[in-house]
Amino acid sequence: MAKVLVVTSGKGGVGKTTSTAALGAALAQMGEKVVVVDFDVGLRNLDLVLGAERRVVFDFINVVQGIANLSQALIRDKRLENLWLLPASQTRDKDALTDEGVGKIIAELRTKFDWIICDSPAGIERGAMLAMRFADEAVVVTNPEVSSVRDSDRIIGMLDSRTVKAEQGEQVQKHLLITRYDTGRAARGEMLSIGDVTDILATPMLGIIPESQDVLRASNVGMPVTLNDATSAPARAYTDAARRLMGATIPVLVPAARKGLMNRLLGRRAA
Amino acid sequence: MGAVVRPKPKSIRLRGRSYVAFVFFPVVPIIDWLDEIDVTLNQSPGFFAGKPMVLDLSAVDLSQNAIGQLVASLEQRGLRILGIEGVGAERLSANLPPLLTGGRNAVVSNSEPKKPPPKKAASLLIDTQVRSGQSVVFPEGDITIVGSVSSGAEIVAGGSIHVYGTLRGRAMAGINGNLTARIYCQKVEAELLAIDGYYRTAEQIDATSYAGPIQVWLQGEVVEISPLS
Repeated sequence: MAKVLVVTSGKGGVGKTTSTAALGAALAQMGEKVVVVDFDVGLRNLDLVLGAERRVVFDFINVVQGIANLSQALIRDKRLENLWLLPASQTRDKDALTDEGVGKIIAELRTKFDWIICDSPAGIERGAMLAMRFADEAVVVTNPEVSSVRDSDRIIGMLDSRTVKAEQGEQVQKHLLITRYDTGRAARGEMLSIGDVTDILATPMLGIIPESQDVLRASNVGMPVTLNDATSAPARAYTDAARRLMGATIPVLVPAARKGLMNRLLGRRAA
Repeated sequence: MGAVVRPKPKSIRLRGRSYVAFVFFPVVPIIDWLDEIDVTLNQSPGFFAGKPMVLDLSAVDLSQNAIGQLVASLEQRGLRILGIEGVGAERLSANLPPLLTGGRNAVVSNSEPKKPPPKKAASLLIDTQVRSGQSVVFPEGDITIVGSVSSGAEIVAGGSIHVYGTLRGRAMAGINGNLTARIYCQKVEAELLAIDGYYRTAEQIDATSYAGPIQVWLQGEVVEISPLS
């Protein structure tokens, strides 16, 4: 049974695209057949994070308009044979997306894949609404700071009212993914605590991804962080999150601040 | 010429009218059947009072004499028979109630005064969290929210507002001039508290001094906040 998962946040720059690529790669590594769909028409990034930017010929909009068929637009990942990308168009804007067009493509993808992961653009306009429209589940990506939390709250409200599932009286299952969690700043009280965030958002936790240079490093070489260095802290956190999506019960641990001089020196060097 | 002008005789005006009548179905032995009637009458003496009653004799085969006795014994119990059906006309003597035909079954409803349809409750229940950007407006009465109200959300009620969670957004109670409306919440971190147009903004709410449940009410023109405990 195919699942449509939207990765959304409201606010920009919190890590939606990184999380989409990392979760998609982790699920594919577990043997699931996964397609990641870029909904950020005009500002596409997912192809870069997956290292597929030179391989884009046809895109989402071409398929919506009937210029290409779906199999021509899908790009298979070179490292993971279970991972596919449906890229967004870079030359168009979000007005090119239509409700029926998106619905048709999602329905077709449902017949071919186990997971359809939709990378939502920031904002609450057309692109973001269409990315969540047909979702069964949602990963709400939040940074532990007030503006991100409030935007996520707004998006959760929309997941409960503007999706097809909500209109049918059902519920989109929501997961909270906290990214860029900085243990040092958390220890100094410069960030919202995990408790504050879950208190405000009241949504089950999927995982806490620590702030790490590994994430940026992986993006720069066009690798999902879970593939680039599977032993790094963020990679392990994303892999656990993917397992939780598959139904495993793994307790969510709050990353602890590093203690001790040696660790701190090593931590500084790594950072 | 003594012509007398007589007033033209008026034709008799008749109107048809139908009534719902109780129909008795006596069964043999008649003695036992009468006992059952007595039991009913003992339990509620007024049950048949003032209601038209018809005797349906189709289930029994009684002589003219027996019919007369049956009607008499019913009358002894205060039950007056309006008519008889289900029997040949030759069996009824002139002093018995007339023969009725063409009766149709009717649904007998309780004659107790009907209760007016239940009034729509002047209260709105929301059993989820109210998220940022959402607005709940209910000018007809109270709003109860089982969950928190997020920052950037808005609750507007004609009556009181009850929040079983943390109130972080804006709450406006008594918008239609209801000075007695109040706001209750488990924890206050509100952006705005208003009752009938009198309000307090976040700066005028010292949220740190209220750890637990609070209520907000109007005293004169001042919005008061006090802990609920």
